[in-house]
Amino acid sequence: MHTKAFWPTPRRLGYHMNWVGMIAALVVCFWALVAVIGPMLSPYPPGEIVDFDYYGPISAKLWMGSDYLGRDIFSRVLMGARYTVGISLAAVCLACISGVVLGMTAAVVGGWLDTGLSRFLDALNSIPSKLFGLVMVAAIGSSIPVLIVLLGVIYTPGAYRFARALAVNINTMDFVTVARARGERTGYLVTREILPNITGPVLADLGLRFVFIVLLLSGLSFLGLGVQPPNADWGSLVRENIGGLPFGAPAVLMPSLAIASLTISVNLLIDNLPVKIRDRSE
Amino acid sequence: MVPAPIFPKGPAMNPQIVRLVLGRLGVALVTLLIVSFVVFAATQMLPGDVVEILLGQAATPEAVAALREAMHLNDPALLQYGRWLIGLAQGDLGMSYANNLPVAGMIGGRLANTLMLAAVTAAVAVPVALFLGITTAMHRGSVYDRIVTTGIVAVISVPEFMIATLAVLVFAVWLKWLPALSFANDVTSLAEMLRVFAMPVITLCCVISAQMIRMTRAAVIDALTMPYVEMALLKGASRRRMVMRHALPNAIGPIVNAVALSLSYLLGGVIIVETIFNYPGIAKLMVDAVATRDLPLIQTCAMIFCLGYLTLITLADIIAILSNPKLRK
Amino acid sequence: MQNLVEIRDLKVQARSDAGRRIEIIKGVSFDIAEGEIVALIGESGSGKTTIALTLMGHTRPGCTITGGTVRLAGRDLVAMPEAGRQALRGTEVAYVPQSAAAAFNPSQRLMDQVIEVAQIHKLMTPDAARVKAVELFRALALPEPETIGQRYPHQVSGGQLQRLAAAMALIGGPKLMIFDEPTTALDVTTQIEVLRAFKSVMKLGGMGGVYVSHDLAVVAQIADRIVVLKGGEVQEEGPVEQILHRAAHPYTRELLAAFEPVPYASASRLQAETKRPILEVRNLVAGYGPLGRDGRPLKVALNSVSCRLERGQNLGVIGESGSGKSTLARAISGLLPPVSGKVLLDAHMLEPEARARTKDELRRLQIVFQLADTALNPQRPVGDIVGRPLTFYHGQKGAAREARTDELLDMVRLPRAMKHRLPGELSGGQKQRVNLARALAAAPEVILCDEITSALDTVVAAAVIELLKELQRELHLSYVFISHDLSTVQAICDDVMVMLNGEVVERLPASRLQGGAQHPYSQLLFSSVPKLDPNWLDSVPPRAAAL
Repeated sequence: MHTKAFWPTPRRLGYHMNWVGMIAALVVCFWALVAVIGPMLSPYPPGEIVDFDYYGPISAKLWMGSDYLGRDIFSRVLMGARYTVGISLAAVCLACISGVVLGMTAAVVGGWLDTGLSRFLDALNSIPSKLFGLVMVAAIGSSIPVLIVLLGVIYTPGAYRFARALAVNINTMDFVTVARARGERTGYLVTREILPNITGPVLADLGLRFVFIVLLLSGLSFLGLGVQPPNADWGSLVRENIGGLPFGAPAVLMPSLAIASLTISVNLLIDNLPVKIRDRSE
Repeated sequence: MVPAPIFPKGPAMNPQIVRLVLGRLGVALVTLLIVSFVVFAATQMLPGDVVEILLGQAATPEAVAALREAMHLNDPALLQYGRWLIGLAQGDLGMSYANNLPVAGMIGGRLANTLMLAAVTAAVAVPVALFLGITTAMHRGSVYDRIVTTGIVAVISVPEFMIATLAVLVFAVWLKWLPALSFANDVTSLAEMLRVFAMPVITLCCVISAQMIRMTRAAVIDALTMPYVEMALLKGASRRRMVMRHALPNAIGPIVNAVALSLSYLLGGVIIVETIFNYPGIAKLMVDAVATRDLPLIQTCAMIFCLGYLTLITLADIIAILSNPKLRK
Repeated sequence: MQNLVEIRDLKVQARSDAGRRIEIIKGVSFDIAEGEIVALIGESGSGKTTIALTLMGHTRPGCTITGGTVRLAGRDLVAMPEAGRQALRGTEVAYVPQSAAAAFNPSQRLMDQVIEVAQIHKLMTPDAARVKAVELFRALALPEPETIGQRYPHQVSGGQLQRLAAAMALIGGPKLMIFDEPTTALDVTTQIEVLRAFKSVMKLGGMGGVYVSHDLAVVAQIADRIVVLKGGEVQEEGPVEQILHRAAHPYTRELLAAFEPVPYASASRLQAETKRPILEVRNLVAGYGPLGRDGRPLKVALNSVSCRLERGQNLGVIGESGSGKSTLARAISGLLPPVSGKVLLDAHMLEPEARARTKDELRRLQIVFQLADTALNPQRPVGDIVGRPLTFYHGQKGAAREARTDELLDMVRLPRAMKHRLPGELSGGQKQRVNLARALAAAPEVILCDEITSALDTVVAAAVIELLKELQRELHLSYVFISHDLSTVQAICDDVMVMLNGEVVERLPASRLQGGAQHPYSQLLFSSVPKLDPNWLDSVPPRAAAL
């Protein structure tokens, strides 16, 4: 399969990527862009009632119909992108950074630190994530920083487990043993010998975990425990407009589609990551 | 080279297996203890003073102080934790703050409802998922495989509430087979029961079987790449025989593990599903308890959920140990 | 007369991950007569296994036969439909894999797998198949032939599994047997028994055979004719005697030259006698698992091992898998802290644990590992890998470090431009040179070489040994050279110690290795090393109580 290269394809950079991966990457980039500049594009202020008809249909004036109060859904979806993508991204970075740092350290240091940390985080992992979210949000209330930290904490054990398993494998490799025999310190072993060898899988894991977090955040918002009014992420938009479901109103379909397009694209992107072309010189 | 030791034959369990299983059970117990501590600590953070909530209008300082004393709320947190844990172990789940009924009584019927829902879901989802998982692995790369795997990616990528709303849209709005979002709380006839169950079960099946298919497929594909499967091919075995005699028996451990793990997704699923469909189960009870800040009820529900989850994961691990042929005699 | 096998202009392509197609077999032709055993000799990547598998009408995933014919008893396997090939596999042509341990299904009893061919092709009743299997077990000299089939694969040894795999292939009464490096993973003392068993059943059955191997000496014992392969092409073909004694192709000669014994005496042999040793090990005990009540680890890997290495000399440590030879290197370097005993470097006692040793002590004693693939960090360029010890031990930075890195690459005969490459882009021999350069960067006095040539092809390994000798002359190094391969140890060491089950059974000078061994195990070990002479196997008396 040779793609005709008249514009900069990954192939020109020494990578091979199939068309599913490319489309997925485009969708992900699109939503990332919307999260940043979305509100500038919105035709109406997201909080303003612009139509007397609630659950209105798709029209030239309202691209995605109107919601249960007659607000413009298109503008509200653009606004929601910022919350859904932003909170999830912050949370996933928090989870992965803490998970990876702890996981690598545990793998390299070993001993009681490894045992203790693993045992504790495994225990944390054996609380179902929705339940944990439910109880904690009920306990400390729901604000955006709380949501970020909470989602981050919930997904840290998973990231830890993943990174630790990778690091344990690398740690048994002879080049780490050589560095140990040379007398290198833990910090060097972790940052220079192990980290560069686990970045690829860790980034893929970050993508998967991002999907989980988007799903959990949407779920919490759907239960009314996530982003609070007047702000709304995509999950809250579905909750607000669930009354339109019996009529199949675009107000409930469009935010759902937004979530699905984002998460499915991330998943497809990870399944179809560009492959480095290795046989050029052979 | 030292010849491998020859084990004496006999029906008794391999002591190594017994040791590993007991070890796993011990870990589960320790984990449960840590979980109980986390649950207790989290519920302690609930905003507002419980006593003031309980007393409402009648919250004079004297009454508050007296009730605090009566409820041992002035004791150190660790002591309260210990007392709670001992009560839990003895089956004393405490009284609900909201309506002063024993928690055990409130939970009983609801738990049965939820277990019923889970059982029906599992009975439908597991056979379907295993069939799809194994057949897609056998026909890896075929059109059939691609359709199923694409469907799986779609299902695991969307939140549970979306699957539920989609189910409503399809079965209630378009096909008009089932009523949308309105459910009787008391079930009188079989037809009624089917109606109550249909939508939640469909939703939950989608949620758990996607993971199950994916993991089963991966396990069988993994087994198919083993050198002994190639050896079977070089013995002249048909594709069917390679899968049934060589790949599957060695994939049983990972597959059962996948089933147990996927069933644990049920727990997350029921919280959403019971809320959406207004199903009178324990998850709905808990969501309501969070709204009324009913501490003993939240604690108990959370512990039940964690216990269920932990049981499934531990079961998965034990099955993995038992299915290891290296430990067989 | 028609030949059993006729391969004509066989071409096989492999598909790379970027979708490019590469020809890995480039038009190979040869014949096998009825009852003849032909050896395919070549190094890794020569395509020998790929050719052997086409004889079963099989290619590994990603590979396809793109041209030529493979005729077995007159029928072309390439043109045949898959169902036809299935019917031939196991009945007409059978396969003995390199790693029997991986080729047996771990969850089935051995007997069920051995007689599976008979069941698949409905050759005989299960009971008749079992009777035949027991006969084969007996013919292959397996212990307890009546009951060994009731065990699971993990309950028998590697040598036994390899013979069971042969029984599994023989049960269908094939006309052609394919042996794919069947003894490569075995220790020499096991290999000789397995070879003997193979040879006797092949002679008995009068079948044709293909024997794939990289080891000329092994092949000389069992084959009638040798086909030398390189890069997917036939280099030379002929009867064993002709290849061994009148090889025409330079590549064949190179392979043969690697077997020539190289007389060796270190430069400082004579003058070093009375000085104090550079490295001395006294009563070292080390192992794995928690310490027991007697202060010894659960699994003892080294039991009171002592040795000494004179300055400028080389000590060979030889033994089979599980003898504790690699553990000795790890214990000396402090990676596996010994439980008791002393390690003295230049008469100065070292701490048991590497992290408790001073930087200078660490610098003077370097270790080089067997698998160059895993010993180099795949994410860092060669220059970084070699330069790190310069910074770490000598504080060199910038231009000074660059210059020294260049010198080191020169020393190990690698082009300087290679410092910008990642390890994944180098060949096995080049990686092992980088590995050495990194050890040299520390400016050590002793280098522990743990099986450093074992994973390399013969010709490449010989070059690395030459390099080690040159470096020793220039830099006055001393090596502890650990290996399972007698000839490499002989090529570089002054003294040799033989290890068995964590203990030293014998020490002797390398010059007396042939015929000088006193201990029965050393004698067995040395006599089990295959020789290029085709009559060698028959001349070695069988070991009565060996297995």
